[in-house]
Amino acid sequence: MNTTAREILAVTGLQVAVEGKALLNGIDLTVRAGEVHAIMGPNGSGKSTFAQVLAGHESYEVLQGSARFLGEDLLDLPAEERARRGLFLAFQYPVEIPGVSNIYFLKAALNAVRRHQGLDELDAMDFISQVKEKLAAMQMDEALLYRSVNEDFSGGEKKRNEILQMMVLEPVLTILDETDSGLDIDALKVVADGVNSMRSPERAFIIVTHYQRLLNYIEPDTVHVLSAGRIARSGGPELAIELEQRGYGWLEQEAGVVP
Amino acid sequence: MAGSNQPIDDLLEQEYAAGFVTDVEVDTLPAGLSEDIIRTISARKQEPDFLLEWRLKAWRHWRTLTAPQWSSVHYPPIDYQDIIYYAAPKPRKDGPSSLDEVDPNILETYKKLGIPLEEQEALAGVAVDAVFDSVSVATTFKDTLAEHGIIFCSFSEAVQQHPDLVQQYLGSVVPITDNFYASLNAAVFSDGSFVYVPPGVRCPMELSTYFRINASNTGQFERTLIIADAGSYVSYLEGCTAPMRDENQLHAAVVELIAHQDAEIKYSTVQNWYPGDAEGRGGIYNFVTKRGVCRGDHAKISWTQVETGSAITWKYPSVILEGDYSSGEFYSVAMTNNYQQADTGTKMIHIGKGTRSTIISKGISARQGQNAYRGLVKILKSADGARNYTQCDSLLMGDRCGAHTFPYIEVKNSTAKVEHEASTSRIGEDQLFYCLQRGISQEDAITMIVNGFCKQVMKELPMEFAVEAQKLLGVSLEGAIG
Repeated sequence: MNTTAREILAVTGLQVAVEGKALLNGIDLTVRAGEVHAIMGPNGSGKSTFAQVLAGHESYEVLQGSARFLGEDLLDLPAEERARRGLFLAFQYPVEIPGVSNIYFLKAALNAVRRHQGLDELDAMDFISQVKEKLAAMQMDEALLYRSVNEDFSGGEKKRNEILQMMVLEPVLTILDETDSGLDIDALKVVADGVNSMRSPERAFIIVTHYQRLLNYIEPDTVHVLSAGRIARSGGPELAIELEQRGYGWLEQEAGVVP
Repeated sequence: MAGSNQPIDDLLEQEYAAGFVTDVEVDTLPAGLSEDIIRTISARKQEPDFLLEWRLKAWRHWRTLTAPQWSSVHYPPIDYQDIIYYAAPKPRKDGPSSLDEVDPNILETYKKLGIPLEEQEALAGVAVDAVFDSVSVATTFKDTLAEHGIIFCSFSEAVQQHPDLVQQYLGSVVPITDNFYASLNAAVFSDGSFVYVPPGVRCPMELSTYFRINASNTGQFERTLIIADAGSYVSYLEGCTAPMRDENQLHAAVVELIAHQDAEIKYSTVQNWYPGDAEGRGGIYNFVTKRGVCRGDHAKISWTQVETGSAITWKYPSVILEGDYSSGEFYSVAMTNNYQQADTGTKMIHIGKGTRSTIISKGISARQGQNAYRGLVKILKSADGARNYTQCDSLLMGDRCGAHTFPYIEVKNSTAKVEHEASTSRIGEDQLFYCLQRGISQEDAITMIVNGFCKQVMKELPMEFAVEAQKLLGVSLEGAIG
């Protein structure tokens, strides 16, 4: 691991609750440019909570700890400001917006990001040709651009659409929240190819997943296992394979979560 | 999440921009309703006998009626003896015959509302009839229209210039006995708009009436009559505003549309009467009867309405499908905010063979707003192969508002096909967060979501009105792509 690469995300002692119930109990995580981190763990271990908190969902109450994103206090920024600075969350359950076409939504998002960067809005022709190129890479039907955002999309189409948005917005840090769930093997490969095509020394990824199989296609630098709101163990890609073979039980017992 | 309604609240807090009062000299009759008042109104307008008789018949019938109780709206009883039934800005001479004679304060009022009455300044392609309190003050582009044989004038002028047409069609769609408010209107209506499009003529511009209630304690009772003769086409727009006042004011209009064989009438409304304040004080009671009849084969009538104003809206623009293969459409967006109530919908009466109707209703409720869709699809025995498609969607903002759907379907012919779809959704935290997470601001996200919800209806509005409607909803329409 290159410890001199730029620090993108630095989370220290993060504790989070929702309606008085503690969900994260002190998370430490540093992500540097060029890295891919996988966060695994059983249901209810806090994986999705962590993703949502980083993205700025207001339901969660941060009790303690800090998070810095590109040197700024992340927790101080509203969700849209985080997005404009280059933090992207691929949703576990992408949301439908009836009557708003996918391409209009994409353009509104891209222009919001570009305005923040002090760039002009993209010319309509340039925008369309860029989007179509990426659409082809995701093996998506062009008709999906003109349908309402995620409305009547299949599960696979919704997940591909998330990756398409990521490719258009070109974020610095992408968090994939169980993007692999509900995908067949072909779709999984397409999604993985999309993510891999975006890997670069400037960008970083956090892949939240329950299973190891996505990691066969997107090789992580580090694997973290979350248990009861804490990182119970970190290791290389081999940790994911061990988890696939042994399940989560032994780790939880080691961590003292299950007696 | 406690903070999630804040952006919605901010957006809803926009001030009512049309709430100013114009200072003009007004000729009013005393408050209250009596045979004398009706005779006086009729005399002021120098009406022919048939019209006075018609009014008196309506008045006698109205006295036997009580206000309807079946709708889901709630309001204290109205004292009909406390309302002024006639208020007209005093003409500088005997009736303004050109714009120079209209009180400059009135011209200024319409300018402030974005409706310039000087033709050279007017929106290209829109002719306007401006109704101020009880009377029409100006009609633009009359000469241009006359070249095509199209009559577009105030109702009062039509009574003088085209009494035969008025006598033939007045009350032929909404009879004086139709309902409580329609009978009241027939007795006391003071002005409105009149349109006649001759056979085979396609009206070259949008026709528009802009209604303004200015005087206090005054009811507005206008009457609109539109006749599209065989094979003709006309698109008509209606807009309305009123000053902010603490007391409620009654607006009880009647609109009648007649489409002959192969004719088409497209009637669009952007209703922005004063809705009352955030505590529910004041605002217009908008109790309106609108109905069209497709008299001939292949005739078509289409109602599009965007209802954002009024304390209470109570209206059901309807179509009677008499002619074979005639069609009726109803596209509606009704938004209720604060203590506003809306009970609106349509009636589609299928009589002719192969008649078709489409109903798309979008209700948006925010804060304590209450929104009801009430619609009747009636297919008579004669209507072989009739078809109806109805879609009612409700969008809720916050957790104190309400949406209600009352679809009535009566089918007497087994070859008919009737479809009904309904949905209710909440402008969600989820949708908002999804937009925010893509960098889109809260305000843009809300307008995007609301606009997406209304899209099917907004695309039916003529371009000139779509702009106004989108502003009213605090919504920017989607861009050219998509």
